[in-house]
Amino acid sequence: MRGGRAVLVGLAAVVVCSVTASAQAPLTDSEKEIEKYREMISDPMSNPGFLNVDRGEALWKLKRGAKDVTLEQCDLGEGAGKLDGAYAKLPRHFKDTDKVMDLEQRLHWCMQNLQGLDTADVVKRKFGGPGRTSDMEDLVAFIANKSSGMKLATPVQHPKEKEMYEVGEAMFYRRGGQWDFSCATCHSEDGKRIRLQGLPNLGKPGKQVQETMGSWPTYRVSQSNVRTMQHRLWDCYRQMRWPAPDYLSDGLTALTVYLNKNAEGADIQVPSIKR
Amino acid sequence: MNYLVLAAGATALVMVATSSFAQQKPQVDAALVDRYVAATFKGASDEWKKRIEQDASQKLCSQYRNELPAGEVQSSLAREKAALKFPADGKVIGDWKKGQQFAQRGTGGQFSDGPSTPKGGNCYACHQLSSAELSYGTMGPSLTEYGKIRKFSAAGAKDAYAKIYNAQALFPCSNMPRFGHNGFLNEQEIMDVVAYLFDPESPVNK
Ligand code: HEC
Ligand code: HEC
Repeated sequence: MRGGRAVLVGLAAVVVCSVTASAQAPLTDSEKEIEKYREMISDPMSNPGFLNVDRGEALWKLKRGAKDVTLEQCDLGEGAGKLDGAYAKLPRHFKDTDKVMDLEQRLHWCMQNLQGLDTADVVKRKFGGPGRTSDMEDLVAFIANKSSGMKLATPVQHPKEKEMYEVGEAMFYRRGGQWDFSCATCHSEDGKRIRLQGLPNLGKPGKQVQETMGSWPTYRVSQSNVRTMQHRLWDCYRQMRWPAPDYLSDGLTALTVYLNKNAEGADIQVPSIKR
Repeated sequence: MNYLVLAAGATALVMVATSSFAQQKPQVDAALVDRYVAATFKGASDEWKKRIEQDASQKLCSQYRNELPAGEVQSSLAREKAALKFPADGKVIGDWKKGQQFAQRGTGGQFSDGPSTPKGGNCYACHQLSSAELSYGTMGPSLTEYGKIRKFSAAGAKDAYAKIYNAQALFPCSNMPRFGHNGFLNEQEIMDVVAYLFDPESPVNK
């Protein structure tokens, strides 16, 4: 692990200044180089995101809350405590809450209801920063990793899942704010870039949206943290000149259902590593 | 669907927006989407909430996924055009050096920005402008030699002012922000950006 991290530090600068290749073809020489580096650092021995996976496993097995129990009885959709493949089918409808929930909403629900945990501190640390780890980022890295190698299969069957998909699609195209932006402004054409940053087309089923959604959560080298889809959408709303979306709000889950449905069948390889 | 939009002004800007298939009107109930959006931004301040209340064009462009049906095009252009405001003295060209800063800068108006964060139009995010600047986006057309190509004409500069003030007065549902219309850039700031496009000394025209 240590050796791997040293290699990563050396490569970080290269990756930080890079462009994503996903939205562009053909690849330039520097992009090919970056692809090579990316493959190297996707190696569990050198991707720091796997530290989060380890921490997440410890948190999963940690007794906490008023009830002093672990999260191991939390049902993520595949049955209590069943982790393999659970992330591949999230967000999904849960009978006990009669709600469609993404992984973070569900974990939060289990913390409150199973563990009797006051989640104020967990929510405060929703995004990790310098000297501050995030339980949610750690748990998501651990649980999502249990679906690595599987195909993304977010269900859109239950009426509430269908509602989420339709609302998510509408929110993707919803324009507003001082700059008149919607997600579609930046993510509905092939091969476009903002400055030098390639923009994946997420508004139609295909390879670009699959490569995107199959690679979150991801270790963001530029932020030295594992990031979840909740964080990515928060950051895109920031660029959109919209207000900060509420953490764990249903609109973010709706967008995730829409994007995951477009990405159906994507190879999941997580935590990945990105710029 | 195919439509032609003729922009008013001496140089008629002709733009053609094509889409291979007409977008189907979405089925989802608009009030339901509004409820989700309200819940998603529940924690925002009232001032921020106001910023994402949609005006007529934002509503229509959202509803039609940015591809207005033929029947909505003229009325939409007319509405946006009626709201255009030019400087009272007719002068539209300011200081290109200040304009360059607005074109380069990408900050301002984000929830991560402070009240004193300098604002910019972020033109380079979407456009090539000076051929010396290699870090430019491709969401909009290249604007290199913009003034030169238009022979530095007064009418061309006025059209550019209109474009930056309200891109949708010339192109319905344009992806380009309505910088003046939405109150993000003021009159002087837009004039400076126009100068960046139209001053013969600006690197855009070199
Ligand atoms: C102003 C431009 C802009 C807008 C508007 C925008 N994004 Fe993004 N988005 C970006 C940029 C830039 C990236 C980073 C691309 C990269 O790092 O490869 C990004 C990345 C993403 C990613 C991850 C891409 C990847 O390859 O991992 C997702 C998912 C995403 N955006 C979804 C959205 C959604 C959903 C919305 C609307 C709520 C949205 N974006 C609005 C600019 C934007
Ligand atoms: C988010 C993307 C975006 C940003 C930011 C942006 N534009 Fe644009 N711009 C576009 C698009 C897309 C078009 C083409 C469609 C249209 O004409 O509306 C365009 C068109 C234009 C045109 C008309 C080009 C022609 O064909 O004559 C001008 C002039 C222009 N932009 C100037 C600017 C300036 C100056 C700024 C910064 C203050 C800016 N734009 C910022 C996306 C953008």
